[in-house]
Amino acid sequence: MLKIEDLVVEVEGRTILNRINLEIPEGETHILFGPNGSGKSTLMMTIMGFSGYRVKSGHIWFKGEDITRMPIHERARLGIGVAFQRPPAINGLKTRDVVSLCAGQKSANVEELAQKANFTDFLDRDLNLNFSGGEMKRSEMLQLMAQSPDLVLLDEPESGVDLENVVLLGEIINELLGRGVRQREKEGPIAHHEKKSKSALVITHTGHILNYITADKGHVLYNGVLCCARNAREILQWIREYGYEECFRCAS
Amino acid sequence: MRELDDKNKATARDDNSSHKPGYKDQADPHAYLEQLDNVDPEEARQWLNVGVDITGQNRSGTFIQKDCSVLHSGCGSADVEIMGISQALQTHGWLSDYMWRLVSPEKDDYTRMTRDIPHEGYFIRSLPGAQVAEPVQSCLYISEEGLSQHVHNVVIAEENSSIHIITGCATAEHLRSGLHVGVSEFYVKKNATLHFTMIHRWGEQIEVRPRTGIYVEEGGTVVSNYVSLRPVGSLQMNPVTYLAGKDSVARFNSILVAPPGCELDTGSTVILEHPGARAEIISRAITTGGTIIARGEMDARAEGVKGHLECKGLILKEGIMHAIPELVGRVPGVDMSHEAAVGKIDQREIEYLMARGLDEETAVSTIVRGFLNVDIEGLPPGLAEEIDQVVSETQHDAI
Repeated sequence: MLKIEDLVVEVEGRTILNRINLEIPEGETHILFGPNGSGKSTLMMTIMGFSGYRVKSGHIWFKGEDITRMPIHERARLGIGVAFQRPPAINGLKTRDVVSLCAGQKSANVEELAQKANFTDFLDRDLNLNFSGGEMKRSEMLQLMAQSPDLVLLDEPESGVDLENVVLLGEIINELLGRGVRQREKEGPIAHHEKKSKSALVITHTGHILNYITADKGHVLYNGVLCCARNAREILQWIREYGYEECFRCAS
Repeated sequence: MRELDDKNKATARDDNSSHKPGYKDQADPHAYLEQLDNVDPEEARQWLNVGVDITGQNRSGTFIQKDCSVLHSGCGSADVEIMGISQALQTHGWLSDYMWRLVSPEKDDYTRMTRDIPHEGYFIRSLPGAQVAEPVQSCLYISEEGLSQHVHNVVIAEENSSIHIITGCATAEHLRSGLHVGVSEFYVKKNATLHFTMIHRWGEQIEVRPRTGIYVEEGGTVVSNYVSLRPVGSLQMNPVTYLAGKDSVARFNSILVAPPGCELDTGSTVILEHPGARAEIISRAITTGGTIIARGEMDARAEGVKGHLECKGLILKEGIMHAIPELVGRVPGVDMSHEAAVGKIDQREIEYLMARGLDEETAVSTIVRGFLNVDIEGLPPGLAEEIDQVVSETQHDAI
């Protein structure tokens, strides 16, 4: 699904990511751990193609296409969706209208999706304007549900969300990815197996979100270098026990 | 009503000098029309563009002035009076007491012109207690090249009444130059509500000088919306509102687009004179090459008044955007704030929408449309489409 080869990325003339290699097969959820400033968000923004993130060398492949130089909207249309950590507010633009726009050519039942994201009361508010941390996350998830991408990039989905809402957020993410127990209960085992799960890359520095979603693999990004790839929970244990620095030392 | 202060008398802010001489101050008269069925379809189209519909559908009444003549005035409701100002002066002996009260004839050259060479204007009055459901529409139209049109309008919302007026101002398609001066005096009496929407669509070299005074009594509300999306030579206006009663309210919204060669100097002044008075001035302005000065002044003179000013301007490619918010507090216990921002569209916003699958052009127009959307109540339905069209026309300026 997503393959990153030898990727080197500069931001304002400074190398932030150094020779990154990463592969996320179809249907798998990968977790990207790393301390603040390690380059996690840079990787995500580069995968999406945002300006200011300059690819010096290397390639990003998605569904077999080289998307390294592709404009943002074409990547989105090809099936990549992103939930931002701090999305911008847009004055005068109603959340409802954005959710419809996210659906593109597909038709989306905005009300129904909003109910799933517990967000109906916000549909007529300006997008992200004066939203709390948790509200922003739900708004992002709602937009992704309408967009229905094949690869979902989530940047710190649990940050700024209070404890009570993080459970709901976990459920929404599982719904979006087509995973998790609740999802199976609803659809039954056969339906679940027929339906392909989405691929996902989830950024976290605390790891809390792992209590609510299912991860297939974890990676550690430290100072712009991917230094470890193994079971996500195992990595989290290591980081909790010894900290990122020790984790990095062990891997190198 | 006591003597008002000098806000609407001559001030440095009013220009007397810029208008080009050589306009003619008379036009051929136009015959009064009982019915509007036979209006030239081209003219009817121009009027519809500014929200004035000759079928009168969904309207409580209609007033149309072409050049210096009242073309039509009619009303289907017993709750409203609509007529030309000279007829109104004959009908109501008391009306002269309302003339030149909120705007001084000595304010500037334009007001003097209107006093010395008056060309009609409208009189609209909602009777005491009347709740006028459908809007009343009025149109001020110039069809003669080089005409200097001076109208004097009076609106009275009597006690406990409620009325919505849509005023459309336009020129004939072929017209190149002209001057429009409109002296307007609005009286909103105790617990009355006046909802006033003005849509301008003038020619590229027309000079426009509205001179407006609004007086709001206790519990009264005035909501004024102003929309100018198309090129105009120059526009200069700064209506003055007196919140002269307890708990009186004024809300001003404007949507301005200035293409190249266009000069818009617009603003609102609100004087909050009594406890509980509240005011809000919101403007959204986009220049695609023209100059916009967006003013707002609130003058708080009583404890417990509240005001908020919001001026936001976008420069798409070139042009000048000058936001001038001013707040004056003369006693303690007033609550006044302002927010002004001038800039370009945030690249982050564009890319955010692109990440949802919108191409750059669609992302920009979506943001601009949102920027212009100030949730104005009661805009004529065609106007949203007009805004869409202007947004897509200005598209190439943004990218």
